[in-house]
Amino acid sequence: MYQIISRKALNRTVTMLEIEAPLVAKKAKAGQFIILRVDEDGERVPFTVYDTDKERGTVSIIFQVLGATTKKLDAKREGEYLCDFAGPLGIATETTGKQRVCVVGGGVGCAIALPIARAFKENGTDVTSIIGFRTRELIILEQEFRAVSDRMHLMTDDGSFGEHGNVCMPLVQMLGAGEQFDEIIAIGPMMMMKFVVEAARPYGTPVTVSMNPIMIDGTGMCGGCRVTLNRNGERITKFACVDGPDFNGYEIDFDEAISRNRMYVDFERRAYENTCNLLRAREER
Amino acid sequence: MAIIPKKHEMPAQPPVVRARNFREVALGYDEETAVAEAERCLHCKNQPCVSGCPVNIAIPDFIRLITEHNYEGAYQVITQSSSLPAVCGRVCPQESQCESKCTLGIRFEPVAIGRLERFVADRHNSTVTEPPAKPAPNGHRVAVIGSGPSGLTCAGDLAKQGFAVTVYEALHTAGGVLVYGIPEFRLPKTIVAHEVETLISLGVQIETNIIIGKTLTVDELFEMGYEAVFIGSGAGLPNFMGIPGESYKGVYSANEYLTRSNLMRAYLDDPVTPIMKHGKVAVVGGGNVAMDAARTALRLGAEHVYIVYRRSMDELPARREEVEHAQEEGIEFMLLTNPTEVLGYRNPDVPRDERNGFVTGLRCIRMELGEPDEKGRRRPVPVAGSEFDLPVDTVVIAIGTSPNPLIKSTTEGLEVNRRGGIVVTEEGLTSRAGVYAGGDAVTGAATVISAMGAGKTAAKAIAAALLQKG
Repeated sequence: MYQIISRKALNRTVTMLEIEAPLVAKKAKAGQFIILRVDEDGERVPFTVYDTDKERGTVSIIFQVLGATTKKLDAKREGEYLCDFAGPLGIATETTGKQRVCVVGGGVGCAIALPIARAFKENGTDVTSIIGFRTRELIILEQEFRAVSDRMHLMTDDGSFGEHGNVCMPLVQMLGAGEQFDEIIAIGPMMMMKFVVEAARPYGTPVTVSMNPIMIDGTGMCGGCRVTLNRNGERITKFACVDGPDFNGYEIDFDEAISRNRMYVDFERRAYENTCNLLRAREER
Repeated sequence: MAIIPKKHEMPAQPPVVRARNFREVALGYDEETAVAEAERCLHCKNQPCVSGCPVNIAIPDFIRLITEHNYEGAYQVITQSSSLPAVCGRVCPQESQCESKCTLGIRFEPVAIGRLERFVADRHNSTVTEPPAKPAPNGHRVAVIGSGPSGLTCAGDLAKQGFAVTVYEALHTAGGVLVYGIPEFRLPKTIVAHEVETLISLGVQIETNIIIGKTLTVDELFEMGYEAVFIGSGAGLPNFMGIPGESYKGVYSANEYLTRSNLMRAYLDDPVTPIMKHGKVAVVGGGNVAMDAARTALRLGAEHVYIVYRRSMDELPARREEVEHAQEEGIEFMLLTNPTEVLGYRNPDVPRDERNGFVTGLRCIRMELGEPDEKGRRRPVPVAGSEFDLPVDTVVIAIGTSPNPLIKSTTEGLEVNRRGGIVVTEEGLTSRAGVYAGGDAVTGAATVISAMGAGKTAAKAIAAALLQKG
């Protein structure tokens, strides 16, 4: 059992949990993920590591309530326990040997982008951050990003805060004005990552994306998390859990990945509604 | 007394009933049948059955004890050699092991050794509630990686000699392939849990949610004070065919399909982990895993299930009993047939069409058997112009696995072969001092009992090495 040490609501639908898992805390690096089960009957769900505290022996994750499991997770309080928590999984993001990078985060993906930006900063890299949200009240981690960025663009789709527009707009502007980056790291919704790749393509800047396919075991056994790369005219199958989650954005078949992530939408919608009803019934009791 | 030429029938759920439920297919002998079957044993002098058993169970001895109604005595004989009797009695391919050597089998059907083993184990599990006594500790510590058949056997054998054994399991439940791979209807999960409980009473510690190669490395295990490490981490990544369309929604590896149904219990009426349950299902491959996937599909509610296999029935590698069960349940075998493409729904005019990207069929080509290959199996060759489309909604690919990279990539000096399997000596020792390995991590996908045999061999070598050290 893994105890929840602290819990913080970052906005209406986004929550941070700090969980006691000393062995994972000792090892986890930016870009890696963990797999958890909320309770004995729960599904296995991957979450990327937001932060670790080796002294406290804790690992923090940030998640948005999207489905049944995140709904149940969100209902957990400080001092309560998660049934299972395993990791760190996947290969850590390469954050050494770069002069100048641009980190692009979209929505709750910013929770994964931040530790990567921070790791670059600690390695002496010049960091430009672009973070984007739908609207003002969904903004998370603004101050944290400012602390690790040499310059930052905060975008909202509706212009309610920061700059008006999506994350690709300042990127295109900078690249168009001749700014050079050794690498762009994009983390967020699949569609956003796809557009970042398209925005960078004319300039040939390397783009690394963090894939979040459906996973079960997360240890290289089930093959459900496979993604297809187009490399030199060949189609190559890779497994996000052991070969990723980071991949060369130019090689990823995004349309396929987007389609595969929608495999169980109906099921997930029903499961979410059932969980909401269950939690409500429990509260009323 | 006249010899009864045939084995006593194994009572089983009728095919039409069992094909739609997840309860165990074979129901087991009752006492009377078990004794009658045990009396078929000729007790021949040279005991060929024992040499046919990968863990060398003293088969005639336990069979004699059954005829004497001393079932607990029989159980004790089996557990001297096997840590998982209730499992082996169910999933061992006895027809190619112990029973294939049975003297009676030369003229008649061999003694039903597997069924008797199962009877003895089930009898013990249902009558003896007292856990086995914990042996006195000998002061040595061993780490076992993976709680599948090889790891559990290695752990059990060492624990019985007083070694302090910790088993590290990556998943949330102990049992490895016995819980994620082999379906409930062939090996009920309560049986696996019972065997694991027995090991725990012997003093074995089981640590779940620890991925060796990630959470901890092999080197760290030695730093923690373990004197030897056994790697029984299993087979790993599923192979795909490399044909177009394998990423359409509805294409599963057998590992994923079975894990969803078994470990994550997607077969329940209201599961938390989803699985595609309806329509027509094609399972590609001819091994035991393919049979498990096909029979699972039927029980999940599939309308029709095909096994698509590129060679003929003679080459089909699954256990005969599994094939017969599958046929009785109505699974259609499309032999000498090879898939060339998975077909999917595409509506280019409506990108938001919810059916986009889902499987609609499997394009196949007929095969014929040509010249034998290096293993002597006749190589299947495509028949030109014989392509046809099989309309299906789900495709399960059961064509084997490739070794998992996690331990190899984090353990310096661990030698692997061309296929990625860990290289070991006859005693199970790897190229690293104190590190042993066995099971699918060494051989690639094989059987539960061969993995147990490897766990046993390694346990013997580990015990010898550590006890010599003093």
